[in-house]
Amino acid sequence: MSAATTSGSAPYYFVPGPSRHPVMAAIGLFFVILGAGQWINGHQWGAYSLAFGLLWWAFVLKQWFGDAIRESEGGLYSDRIDVSFRWSMGWFIFSEVMFFAAFFGALYWARVFSVPALGSLENSLLWPDFKAVWPSVVAGATASPAGTVEPFTTIGPWPLPTINTALLLTSGVTLTIAHHALIAGNRAKTIAFMWATVLLGVVFLFVQGFEYAHAYKDLNLKLSSGIFGSTFFMLTGFHGFHVFVGMLMLLFITIRLHKGHFTSERHFGFEGSAWYWHFVDVVWLGLYVVVYWM
Amino acid sequence: MTALATGSALAVNDLKGGPGVNQINLHEPVTRIAADQMWLHNFMLVICLAIFVAVFGVMFYSIFKHRKSKGAVSANFHESVAVEIAWTVVPLLIVIGMALPATKVVVAMKDTTNADLTIKATGYQWKWGYDYLKGEGEGIGFLATLDTEQREASNSGKPEPVDNYLLKVDNPLVVPVDKKVRIITTANDVIHAWMVPAFGVKQDAIPGFVRDTWFKAEKIGDYYGQCAELCGKEHAYMPIHVKVVSAEDYTKWVEGEKKKLAAKADDPSKVWELAALVARGEKVYAANCAACHKADGTGAGPIKALDKSAIVLDADKSKQINILLNGVMDKGMPAWKQLSDTDIAAVISYTKNAWSNKTEQIVQPAEIVAARK
Amino acid sequence: MSAVLPPHGAVGGHAGHDGHAHDDHHDHHAPTGWRRWVFATNHKDIGTLYLLFSFTMLMIGGILALCIRAELFQPGLQFFNPELFNQFTTMHGLIMVFGAIMPAFVGFANWMLPLQIGASDMAFARMNNFSFWLMIPAAIMLVASFFMPGGAPAAGWTLYAPLTLQMGPSMDAGIFAMHILGASSIMGSINIIVTILNMRAPGMTLMKMPMFAWTWLITAYLLIAVMPVLAGAITMTLTDRHFGTAFFNPAGGGDPVMYQHIFWFFGHPEVYIMILPAFGIVSQIVPAFARKKLFGYASMVYATASIAILSFIVWAHHMFATGMPVTGQLFFMYATMLIAVPTGVKIFNWLATMWRGSMTFEVPMLWAVGFIFVFTMGGFTGLICAMAPIDIQIQDTYYVVAHFHYVLVAGSLYALFAGVYYWGPKWSGVMYSEFRGKVHFWGSLIFFNITFFPMHFLGLAGMPRRYADYPMQFTDFNMIASVGAFGFGLMQVYFFLFVVVPMMRGKGAKAPQKPWEAAEGLEWEVPSPAPFHTFETPPKLDASATKIIG
Ligand code: HEA
Ligand code: HEA
Ligand code: CUA
Ligand SMILES: [Cu+2]
Repeated sequence: MSAATTSGSAPYYFVPGPSRHPVMAAIGLFFVILGAGQWINGHQWGAYSLAFGLLWWAFVLKQWFGDAIRESEGGLYSDRIDVSFRWSMGWFIFSEVMFFAAFFGALYWARVFSVPALGSLENSLLWPDFKAVWPSVVAGATASPAGTVEPFTTIGPWPLPTINTALLLTSGVTLTIAHHALIAGNRAKTIAFMWATVLLGVVFLFVQGFEYAHAYKDLNLKLSSGIFGSTFFMLTGFHGFHVFVGMLMLLFITIRLHKGHFTSERHFGFEGSAWYWHFVDVVWLGLYVVVYWM
Repeated sequence: MTALATGSALAVNDLKGGPGVNQINLHEPVTRIAADQMWLHNFMLVICLAIFVAVFGVMFYSIFKHRKSKGAVSANFHESVAVEIAWTVVPLLIVIGMALPATKVVVAMKDTTNADLTIKATGYQWKWGYDYLKGEGEGIGFLATLDTEQREASNSGKPEPVDNYLLKVDNPLVVPVDKKVRIITTANDVIHAWMVPAFGVKQDAIPGFVRDTWFKAEKIGDYYGQCAELCGKEHAYMPIHVKVVSAEDYTKWVEGEKKKLAAKADDPSKVWELAALVARGEKVYAANCAACHKADGTGAGPIKALDKSAIVLDADKSKQINILLNGVMDKGMPAWKQLSDTDIAAVISYTKNAWSNKTEQIVQPAEIVAARK
Repeated sequence: MSAVLPPHGAVGGHAGHDGHAHDDHHDHHAPTGWRRWVFATNHKDIGTLYLLFSFTMLMIGGILALCIRAELFQPGLQFFNPELFNQFTTMHGLIMVFGAIMPAFVGFANWMLPLQIGASDMAFARMNNFSFWLMIPAAIMLVASFFMPGGAPAAGWTLYAPLTLQMGPSMDAGIFAMHILGASSIMGSINIIVTILNMRAPGMTLMKMPMFAWTWLITAYLLIAVMPVLAGAITMTLTDRHFGTAFFNPAGGGDPVMYQHIFWFFGHPEVYIMILPAFGIVSQIVPAFARKKLFGYASMVYATASIAILSFIVWAHHMFATGMPVTGQLFFMYATMLIAVPTGVKIFNWLATMWRGSMTFEVPMLWAVGFIFVFTMGGFTGLICAMAPIDIQIQDTYYVVAHFHYVLVAGSLYALFAGVYYWGPKWSGVMYSEFRGKVHFWGSLIFFNITFFPMHFLGLAGMPRRYADYPMQFTDFNMIASVGAFGFGLMQVYFFLFVVVPMMRGKGAKAPQKPWEAAEGLEWEVPSPAPFHTFETPPKLDASATKIIG
């Protein structure tokens, strides 16, 4: 039984033959975790192991994706496989949502429960002088009952985070325009708007880097600034990392567009990356509201 | 009751207020809450056992009757909405029936208001600190540590049979009978849990936060418990011993304790002789440090040796003072700031002059006072 | 190098793979030698790898358990110092949960799901292999952590902060290992979800799917929902340890109890992750040996889903002693107790399936019945733990240890054994010896109860868990438990030597295509041992989706 595809007839379900990529990728990750674990414990060689592992891993991934792309362009992927990819990308994004949920949950818990509890009447037994206020609400507060956190200034929504919001929202629009152009068969326009999207992502990262530098240098707001600094940098930092990954995805898709990959009907690689980008976008809106505005 | 597998080799008896030999149920309750818990547990046991017998009665009946070897031919029903609803609703009702009495106990358990006496219990690695905060005896405070001989007996691998093995502490907590005692728990380093089964009390002690629980013991006697939250290596060695005494005895105890405190209160500005301070430090060391660093100061595994330690031998005394006051969290060394200035000065002076360390250095309490600032 | 298959229409795999007409042969034959295993993309081979891996981990975890039991045989420290003891406890828990039980179920999923739903393979064959190979670095890191300075992590498998902040470098190795295991689980789950949702043979509607597929589908959702949360929790631990954050440090405004909330939001669903597929296996075996259709199929599905949904709102029943407000205790108590209802539905359905059946008791059925019997005891003690006032007495005592070994060993592990006997002939093509299987079953059942039943008494009498030494009054029950543990261990050695090894070497009577008279499902429509490739074109199914008609 075969399904007709744009590039001829594909098998009912394509199952790849033996592959060395998975085990190679696992070996790469072994060096990554070995190196990371040793490096943060002060063993310099760990850094080399980490770098080696990451390079190895990236190299394997390149080959692996190369295979998948070749198979896809070779017409081996039926519509059914297309559906498989859709399901898998969707649930992968869901798992990412849950990862962020852990950190949003931590922020919620700290603001609503633990910091108020630390400053409660009961707890005055331990921290008699502690006033439980969230740093973004009352200037000068550190939310540190032991007073071990150096004073810092928080970052409000103006101007950088708002600029970043605009950047990301715009990138969502350019991406959608690119998608429509692809469906309409206008490859040049697709590519142009893809580059615009990638560029917006890069600018976002630069603005965020600038914001971090500002926080560290001028505001004395650091990762070690108590629970506020912890939640602030971990949430925005992981988000930034996801922007970086999403930007890479879009970049590779753009390069593939240059090579003539994808058709106006079949371009799941494009769509999957676009979903991911929108997910990163939505997370940012959440951050923008609860981290910067509240 | 004699021990069954070990015969006479382990001649242990029931410990009143602590575990009994081969005890198979909860401790005999001495508070209302513990009695309620006991009741609830029996109640659950009966219901669960009844369901168990009913369910498995049916199953084993079926297993014996509906066998192929007995010529059973299988029926072919495989659905019945009525039965399925029944066995969803009935268990639901049973569960609700279980939850009702439990709710009452939960509410009673959590009511810590109107206490006659408030005591703070602080978990340290690995001992308990008690501070009488409110009520008769206010101001009393002490540490309760496992008997060192029992700790060593444990290490020997062949502890002599004693009834209160691993439950004997140097300073038991003393409380009056029939008074509502509120226990505020907190911790200095990691999470511990303060538990006394006979009172039906178990409350985690969380660093940086206070939690509370209460009991009102109805019988005079000694009651025992242990730390019930993994807190590191000596988790099994920080027992709880509560002495419940009559009101008069309690008053007497409080007076005695107050006198002792007054006598013991050291003047941190006093200037000590080396020998006297070292002698005092030896005691402080045995009570607090020897559990990890060993009596001979050699440490073990990740625990640093103090004998020949560079920091101990260092002429810059502030290094060691700093470690004692602040701990080295990630290496497992707790902070010891709860000890008095004199005790810290004494124990540092001791380590600087014990074993092969012969530095002749002395640290005076005043230096600790200064370092604390 | 992954070879690219030419587009072609292959004939149905159920005829055996020699019947294929191929234009490109080499990559379609079972590859040979080590490459077959290391580069595997075949779901059956990967399933076998998973099963062997998890059995190895069961051995390692079991040896750690025996070290624990040896130390606890009598009062006093005879063999290990308390620090090492805590390492054993921690690593036993971690290895059993993440190394033995979870991968074993994934192994079953790999082997059986494509066969059961009439698919040619898992949806993403290479990613499938990646999921497997990721576990190896993680396992190496976990086991190697014993040899790092300061020894293995010793903060309990729950890795509570702030104790984890005091651990040595091995803690970081452990955290990274858990990250990798989590990634492996998430990829595995996505693979399973996609396989089930997208690759069923035509006619295999969701409500005709075998129960094992259903339970795994739901389990996979649980996994992708909670593994990332665990990753978040341990990432916070990592940054607290090394990068100055204060998530769990009250001095900086953090909260150690926050760790527990995040951990148990993962941890409670996690325990159902380890039991739902077990329910699935039992739901396949009971009807086969009762020679009667599974009673209440639809309600089984709904019950499984209800358990999964409820599992997200009960987590704080592990935290009754942390000191929650009354309303919190009541909410989590009620929600937890509710789970008894859907679980009861399952038990009753199995009973009704047996009722007026025509039963025989071959080894798989023995394990399944043993599962129902002993698991229910564990369920009842769970319910007793769920009663907040009683839990105040037994939290962190051996009662809890008894509870969870009744549901994990007598639950998950028993179901796994049941599954091995049930499907083993299909995997290996040889029948196990009925006699040996019975010895394994009865020996395990008896020693299991000798090991863990006395722990209820110890817990009620107040013996805390994670204790390297204990008051003398607890001696006898500890001795009994230790004796039982060694007996139970020996039974597993017996199982390995006399059941698994012969099976792997193909020794024994040849298994027929369908060894169980009344077993239903597509897996029995392919020869034993199952050929390398099956269902390359989707089979045509009869109305009940249990037979191939073309
Ligand atoms: C496979 C794993 C598994 C399973 C299935 C369960 C099932 C259940 N567990 Fe268990 N549990 C664990 C694994 C598991 N648990 C682990 C590992 C821990 C400890 C973790 C740690 O601290 O290290 C733990 C700890 C644990 C605690 C915390 C104890 C403590 O630390 O103080 C609690 C408290 O509520 C609990 C409750 C329950 C309940 C109510 C169920 C229910 O799902 C049980 C439902 C089943 C039945 C009730 C029996 C069958 C039903 C009937 C026959 C119907 C009729 C019955 C009635 C109407 C009553 N469990
Ligand atoms: C997930 C599944 C699982 C399984 C299968 C087991 C299996 C066993 N566990 Fe389990 N256990 C846990 C999960 C599991 N456990 C968890 C999560 C904890 C909590 C950890 C914590 O507190 O953090 C725990 C804690 C725990 C404790 C409490 C430790 C403490 O609090 O200090 C004890 C004590 O007896 C124990 C015993 C056993 C025993 C005897 C077995 C036996 O069933 C094991 C049998 C298997 C073998 C023995 C291996 C096979 C045999 C060989 C390899 C050959 C050698 C044998 C001989 C020569 C006899 N376990
Ligand atoms: Cu303190 Cu355990
Ligand atoms: Cu739970």
